[in-house]
Amino acid sequence: MSEDLTRLSAAELSTLMADGEVSAREVTEAHLARIHDVDDDVHAFVLVNDTDAILEARRVDEARYRGEELGPLAGVPIAVKDLLTTRGMRTTCGSRILEDWVPVYDATVVAKVRDAGMPILGKTNMDEFAMGSSTEHSAFGPTHNPWDLDRIPGGSGGGSSAAVAAFEAPLALGTDTGGSIRQPAAVTGTVGAKPTYGAVSRYGLVAMASSLDQVGPCSRTVLDAAMLHEVIGGHDPHDATSLPEPVAPAVAYARQGMAGDLRGVRIGIVGELRGDGFQQGVLERYAEALGVLEDLGAEMQVVSCPSFAYTLAAYYLIMPSEASSNLARFDAMRYGLRLSPQGGPVTAEAVMGATREAAFGPEVKRRVILGTYALSAGYRDAYYGSAQKVRTLVQEDLAHAWEAVDVLVSPTCPTTAFRIGEKVDNPMAMYLSDTATIPANLAGIPGISVPAGLAEDGLPVGVQVLAPARADAWIYRVGAALEAVLTERWGGGLLDRAPMLGTPTGGAR
Amino acid sequence: MSAITREDVARLGALARIHLTDGELDVLAGQLTAIVDAVAVVSSAVDDSTPATSHPIPLTNVFRPDTVTASLSRAEALSSAPADQDGQFRVPQILGEEP
Amino acid sequence: MSEMSGPTARAGHAMSFEAAMERFDPVFGIEVHVELNTATKMFCGCATAFGAPPNTQVCPVCLGLPGAMPTANVEAVESAIRLGLALNCSIAASSRFARKNYFYPDLAKDYQISQYDEPINYDGHLTFELDDGTSVRVEIERAHMEEDAAKLTHVGGAAGRIHGAAYSLVDYNRAGVPLIEIVTKPVQGMGSRAPEVARAYVAALRDVVRALEISDARMDQGSIRADVNLSLRPRVDGEDAQRAVPLGKRTETKNVNSLRTIELAVRYECGRQAALLAAGRPVVQETRHFHEDTGRTTPGRSKEEAEDYRYFPEPDLLPVVPSRDWVEKLRATLPEPPAERRRRLQREWGFTDLEMRDAVRGGVLTLIEETVAAGAPPAGARKWWTGELMRAANDAGVDIAQLPVTPAHVAELEGLIAGGALTDKLARQALAGTLAGEGSPADVAQARGLAVVSDDGALVAAVDAALAANPDVARKIRGGKIAAAGAIVGAVMKATRGQADAARVRELILGRGGE
Repeated sequence: MSEDLTRLSAAELSTLMADGEVSAREVTEAHLARIHDVDDDVHAFVLVNDTDAILEARRVDEARYRGEELGPLAGVPIAVKDLLTTRGMRTTCGSRILEDWVPVYDATVVAKVRDAGMPILGKTNMDEFAMGSSTEHSAFGPTHNPWDLDRIPGGSGGGSSAAVAAFEAPLALGTDTGGSIRQPAAVTGTVGAKPTYGAVSRYGLVAMASSLDQVGPCSRTVLDAAMLHEVIGGHDPHDATSLPEPVAPAVAYARQGMAGDLRGVRIGIVGELRGDGFQQGVLERYAEALGVLEDLGAEMQVVSCPSFAYTLAAYYLIMPSEASSNLARFDAMRYGLRLSPQGGPVTAEAVMGATREAAFGPEVKRRVILGTYALSAGYRDAYYGSAQKVRTLVQEDLAHAWEAVDVLVSPTCPTTAFRIGEKVDNPMAMYLSDTATIPANLAGIPGISVPAGLAEDGLPVGVQVLAPARADAWIYRVGAALEAVLTERWGGGLLDRAPMLGTPTGGAR
Repeated sequence: MSAITREDVARLGALARIHLTDGELDVLAGQLTAIVDAVAVVSSAVDDSTPATSHPIPLTNVFRPDTVTASLSRAEALSSAPADQDGQFRVPQILGEEP
Repeated sequence: MSEMSGPTARAGHAMSFEAAMERFDPVFGIEVHVELNTATKMFCGCATAFGAPPNTQVCPVCLGLPGAMPTANVEAVESAIRLGLALNCSIAASSRFARKNYFYPDLAKDYQISQYDEPINYDGHLTFELDDGTSVRVEIERAHMEEDAAKLTHVGGAAGRIHGAAYSLVDYNRAGVPLIEIVTKPVQGMGSRAPEVARAYVAALRDVVRALEISDARMDQGSIRADVNLSLRPRVDGEDAQRAVPLGKRTETKNVNSLRTIELAVRYECGRQAALLAAGRPVVQETRHFHEDTGRTTPGRSKEEAEDYRYFPEPDLLPVVPSRDWVEKLRATLPEPPAERRRRLQREWGFTDLEMRDAVRGGVLTLIEETVAAGAPPAGARKWWTGELMRAANDAGVDIAQLPVTPAHVAELEGLIAGGALTDKLARQALAGTLAGEGSPADVAQARGLAVVSDDGALVAAVDAALAANPDVARKIRGGKIAAAGAIVGAVMKATRGQADAARVRELILGRGGE
């Protein structure tokens, strides 16, 4: 074997390991080497877990040697967004307030990943408490887009997507509250899926907006995302909002899609998510993708969701409201940073105020204050209350749409990656990045972003596929079909066209 | 629409237990006014007849049996405490001197 | 801010309760928190055992660790519905948990999971009797589910008070223990009986909770806690006219943790507010704390910064939608309402009103019932439990149910008396032995040699000896002065160390003395 193990997909690595061609240890070491080679530039990771990852890889190799039955992703290493708790491994949520917090428990998805024998490479960078669309709001410095290190990798899960895009990890876990898996996937030329709300446990996901948050897979191929979805999905008694039914047959549907036949599949083009505010190159790649889907036999029609005009507004009321409550617990009493006030008596209240002042970044403060406002007496009904009603309108529009179509498609993000620093002082401009991804969170439906090519600026564009709640398998089927055609057209994955980072031999064997 | 004043921001900061500097009050007042102007459209999109949705997937009656499960050890419980004493979390005085 | 600095409002300047009632009409409301006796907490599987070492019954959920999520305890939900049914409430077709947001070090998440606009139970009522038999009905606004806060210990400063403490210690064992909060509608028209009604309401509610067996219902351990809202308005003639007078500013008195103090707190607060109003000073709307030692209330946190709890539906929990079947199944498990049970038992036992009241107030109704069930006559059972045993419990400062004497013991004792094996006096000695942990009354009687001397031969000898030793008395008896026999009975009882049956002794004296 002479190929670079870090360039392989999770599915390919899985096959090689199952066939005894490579060991889990070799695979994990190759990725750790790649991280050490390129992460000074990319800064996808806030913690690298070398020793434990290699130990876990060796356990998998030993188990395989003993003939134990292993899951398909056993030995495939993974990066974990730092919003998910990892027992014994620092979990910062991108915030100074948790800079030294070592959880005493694993998030359910982390436990599932461990049970599947997947070595955890480390924790990935993110906007503080997942609040942002650029990963610039991390207390530990921004992550850089592997396509152009001066540009943002999207957010909040820019670390997970950049890690996958820079071949530092074949897979990563992300979380998506308003697009934090899909938008980074789009701007880094990778795949990211947000499952149906409740399809994957949120237990151990440090909540930003509990009614919107969802854990999902980040990868370079749709099949890899489907494989990871099946590992992390399923009912969890620790999460009351977890769906009771078994995990969706994501892998089978992905394979079906890869076969390239979408005859009989009804695809809706969301009328409200094209045109104004969308970059020309994004619309061009989107149009091409629609052509591909039609060529595969899908029945295309335009679908109208008028309520989508209000989803950004509703989101920026519901999300900060819930966040203001969820982030109250960071009060310097039980865990996390504790700072004393500059002057005056050192009371619990003063310590809380001083710690939160110094340890929360500007975007967190902005959202907590906004949410406090939206829930406060006299404003609650008009703001939070109306926003919850908009969710009903979104549900109604979608219910109407599902009568006519099986899935919906749109661009994932209105633009390609912007420059680091470009929008950091203009919150409203930043918030517009989430226009197309937010409706899925408000409605709880699954969505995937798949690379659609490069825009006129040479940067990646993503196309989003949305499906009805609990029909997660469909996003993988349609996403895989689109991916198969485009990959063949490009003569390889989109990331093959990304700049080669690191030393030429870095990570190669 | 409705401007958010510095005083409003200061009150919200107190309610949210975030001490804010004078500079932050000014910046936030401007930014929040702009954001609220943009998001206030929600109230015009709906009326009294529209029901609210608080859970995206409507489930009901999800319960846990009344069966004891393992607790953390006290060492684990206190492992991240900024201060502890006698097996308890130690926190600063809650009220100052009696007025 | 605090009225402590106001010259006319210093503690100790309260108007007498009677004077207050001449000029003002009290309106009050009571919020009672009942801690449920479920095995686990409201939203996690941690145990709820009372008295465990600090922070040993905690987990990520009840410590509010980042990422942890609540799951609702079905037993707590069922207890809440059963209490709602027992309080004649409507059970909500759909009910929801909500977050009540405020910062406090005893609140692990800095919000409390409670219920807001969709409580599980609403619109109920509780009817109960005052000491003189007056029947009172209190309307219940709601009875909702929520979680308890952690326990704070204030260190440094005076006597563990929160003011001036150097720091506080937090034990999260209690955090998340299930509570039901029962809120009355405003209770008005009670006049000077308000303190008594407040007390009787909480006592009646405690009885309902005990009968349902959903809580330990121990006010001394904090498993039932009451907060009393009270306001005064000028007194006017006529019930309708009085009701039309707008309510005054109210205070909320917390920390009222016994039936007696509820009555005292209401009395004190009436007098305090009356003194302020009479002096033309406003009552400050605030939280106040009742102090057992002084019998007064002092202001708690200033409400200057009005609380804004920013309630919203708890996104981590789903609506509780009790089906009709479920509710009816729970209704079938309800015990007899305490008031009805009391009437039935009084009828069955033939107690007078006074006897019944003593038994109820002493909290020994169930003990008597169990003693009767074990075979004792009701009058005998009542006599022991409201007499000897209640005194023993008071002396020892323990709950009567904690005594080492069981209903079976008392029934056994009654059996020994009825069978003539023990006299009343001997029975008391046997019971003292049982209280001292020497075993059942029969065991004690045997071990201590307590037995009625029923051997006539021995008694005759003792009687003869006594008669011989008291010739004057013997002569009087022979002369028909039967009353004189008492002295001989006493002598015989002394000689037999009290183990003789006094009635039989008297018969023998009269028989032999007359010879």
